[in-house]
Amino acid sequence: MLHLILFSIFGAVCVAGAVNLLVQSHPINSALSLIVVMASLAVEYLLLGAEFVAAVQVIVYAGAIMVLFLITIMLLNAGAEERTKGSRVATLLGVPGVVIGGVLVAWTLLHRSDLPMVSIGALKGDPSSIARLLFHDFLLPFEVTSVLILIAIMGAVVLVSRPEVIARGSRKDEQ
Amino acid sequence: MIPLSAYLILSGFLFVCGVLGFLIKRNIITIFMSIELMLNGVNLSFVAFAAQWHALSGQVFVFFVMVVAAAEAAVGLAIIIAVYRTRETLNVDQVNLLKL
Repeated sequence: MLHLILFSIFGAVCVAGAVNLLVQSHPINSALSLIVVMASLAVEYLLLGAEFVAAVQVIVYAGAIMVLFLITIMLLNAGAEERTKGSRVATLLGVPGVVIGGVLVAWTLLHRSDLPMVSIGALKGDPSSIARLLFHDFLLPFEVTSVLILIAIMGAVVLVSRPEVIARGSRKDEQ
Repeated sequence: MIPLSAYLILSGFLFVCGVLGFLIKRNIITIFMSIELMLNGVNLSFVAFAAQWHALSGQVFVFFVMVVAAAEAAVGLAIIIAVYRTRETLNVDQVNLLKL
């Protein structure tokens, strides 16, 4: 019963945040509602017992990534969205197609009887057992992700750096 | 005790919201946030299926998805800043040349 109540409350918050992201026209409102979605998703993970994933969701997603988004929005001084006509095919075929696909998936899930019931903390995902998997079975993928992060950092620096400004600055230093 | 399908339907709803935002939004930053919403929806179904099969590797995969999402956000936002410097707009309809 407690599980159902908690799931319904945070599921409703999650759905409301996702819908608000679509409705709002100002990007900063969309970003804030995305933070609401991520925080309530962390509670849903906690209900399933995934403690480590819930903590990482709050720290990495709701913390680091969304701060990056908010800083970019403020840096570019992004105003309200201009409503221009986009692709007609996307709105006429894409939107109904996606909605029909989602409804079909939900209908199929509701009419399957062999899906199990889950209780609170169905699968304990505490940091020690996750770490044992991460550093034994998934050691190579884990190391490869560190290379990926390094490449992403270098790519971001190269993309936003302006070589002509740096060159001008070093010439000033020489004088 | 609630059925697993409740979690899966919630994750499907988040994914559909992300795709809809990708299709109808015109602001490049909001489109990027819709992609993050889709990734979150997939993460929830990963955790739900991990609970069904009693396999912790599903939760490890969520960790990897988050790492990739962080890398994607860093590079993507750098690209958005570079596009804004040359075009001075965030509307995707006005960004129609690959050339900088």
